[in-house]
Amino acid sequence: MPASPATVRPTVAFDVDRVREDFPALHQRVNGAPLAYLDNAATSQKPRAVIDRMAAYYASENSNVHRGVHTLSQRATDAYEAGRELVQGFINARHAHEIIFTRGTTESINLVAATFGRSRVRAGDNIVVSTLEHHSNIVPWQFVCEEKGATLRVVPVSDAGVLDLGAYERLLDERTRIVAISHISNALGTINPVRALIAAAHRRGIPVLLDSAQAAPHAELDVQALDVDFCAFSGHKMMGPTGIGVLYGKEALLDAMPPYQGGGDMIESVSFAKTTYNTLPHKFEAGTPHIAGVIGLGAAIAYLEAIGMDAIAAYEQELLDYATERLADIDGIRFIGTAPEKAAVVSFLIGNIHPYDTGSVLDRLGIAVRTGHHCTQPLMERLGIPGTARASFAFYNTREEIDRLHAGLLKVRTLFG
Amino acid sequence: MMVSMTEIQRREQAIIDEFELFDDWMGRYEHLIDQAAKLPAIDEAFKTDAYKIRGCQSQVWLHAGRQNGQVVYTADSDAAITKGLIALLIRVLSNLPPGEIVTADLRFLDAIEMKEHLSPTRKNGLNAMIKQMKLYAAALSGADHPHTA
Repeated sequence: MPASPATVRPTVAFDVDRVREDFPALHQRVNGAPLAYLDNAATSQKPRAVIDRMAAYYASENSNVHRGVHTLSQRATDAYEAGRELVQGFINARHAHEIIFTRGTTESINLVAATFGRSRVRAGDNIVVSTLEHHSNIVPWQFVCEEKGATLRVVPVSDAGVLDLGAYERLLDERTRIVAISHISNALGTINPVRALIAAAHRRGIPVLLDSAQAAPHAELDVQALDVDFCAFSGHKMMGPTGIGVLYGKEALLDAMPPYQGGGDMIESVSFAKTTYNTLPHKFEAGTPHIAGVIGLGAAIAYLEAIGMDAIAAYEQELLDYATERLADIDGIRFIGTAPEKAAVVSFLIGNIHPYDTGSVLDRLGIAVRTGHHCTQPLMERLGIPGTARASFAFYNTREEIDRLHAGLLKVRTLFG
Repeated sequence: MMVSMTEIQRREQAIIDEFELFDDWMGRYEHLIDQAAKLPAIDEAFKTDAYKIRGCQSQVWLHAGRQNGQVVYTADSDAAITKGLIALLIRVLSNLPPGEIVTADLRFLDAIEMKEHLSPTRKNGLNAMIKQMKLYAAALSGADHPHTA
């Protein structure tokens, strides 16, 4: 099944018109024009398969999980746990119980920071992140550093948005407790050399957390091949529902970590003298989980796998190449983030035009892009810009939409030139 | 026609009449950007965090002073549409007694169909601008000498 990128010819097999039929939200007019949804790095649209599956769950299976003797509860539990196995398969985890369900990438990272981080980090230790990080992979570690008297070390990036690997290696030492780094940059699209980053940390016995929020929807993710220790991602960026996310952790690490939140489902027995905790994964899933979310995420994974992650990655690469080439002739355009390895994200500025003005005009034309700092203020500061306009593509986007973006930017040029 | 238009209503009507000349959003946007270009420049000394309006995605600096019993606003923004909007607000509210500004009930933004062209964050920003202009006016209402807020 895994094919090398060179042998994949998705344009033949990949029928974008048919794929678009699966996404009801794409078929609407916004401000009088057909919607061109180019904000996929923020959240993806949902295929009918996900919407219908969640509706079916609420219509006929809704019940609480893990503690019911009755049939409906068993069905809900089976569907919920089947969702976990789908995630396990999707990222090739060794065990299903290495999959912890959370509210999203942010909560996954906070969970690791609050449990692994707070139990392992001491005064004088350090935690390594990079300049590319989303705020959600910075602030939780700042909490730990402040509380413990530890230091946050930051891997620098080049003007192109590429991590400085030499500097990275020099930041790692015997006091580094964890490396927390993005897999793909949400603001620039840079695909980080995660295998090399992980290997370098492991040579020094340092565990690595990958923020794979942008990676999970766009390419094959194999946690065993990467040998990554923790991996966090969100359902809503990968065609699934909001409010559901995943934390993958290696069994031995998760077992050794204290629980995150206390409540139902996470306990083995409770008494006022002593409470003992449930086994993995339930130890980290206190309270009634987002059952419909897990079931919807499972449907999203089945949908993505039916298309094939290799085909998705190859088609999105084509869109990126086309957009980069097509937009290059806009007078004064400056691409922010020009790493050789990039996901389908085009961040840009046009002359001195404020990205907010650019985004407002595109919105009038039915084209949805993101503007601002993309929750990466330290990165924007490093690059010396207040923010960017960002078009981010999914496999249901088309060349025609990129042509419309191009035409829209010409209008922006005319209006604000 | 109207028996007793206030000064603010008269100014609003002038803006509404201007925008009615355009029958598409592109024209209205162009006119708004023209307004931005005509906005009297704020003194560079006031382009600091202290004069920034919170709640705007783009940066907006607003200064209010008092001359001859009236509030005089100057402003700037790094985004053109935002700057156009604050220019319109200044056309309507500047050079009036503080009391009239504080009690103003602005309707021209709806009437010129700009509000519906604004994103929710921009609407919040716009409300933040109006609120800040009123706060400055309230702060200046007691003063009878040239004064900076």
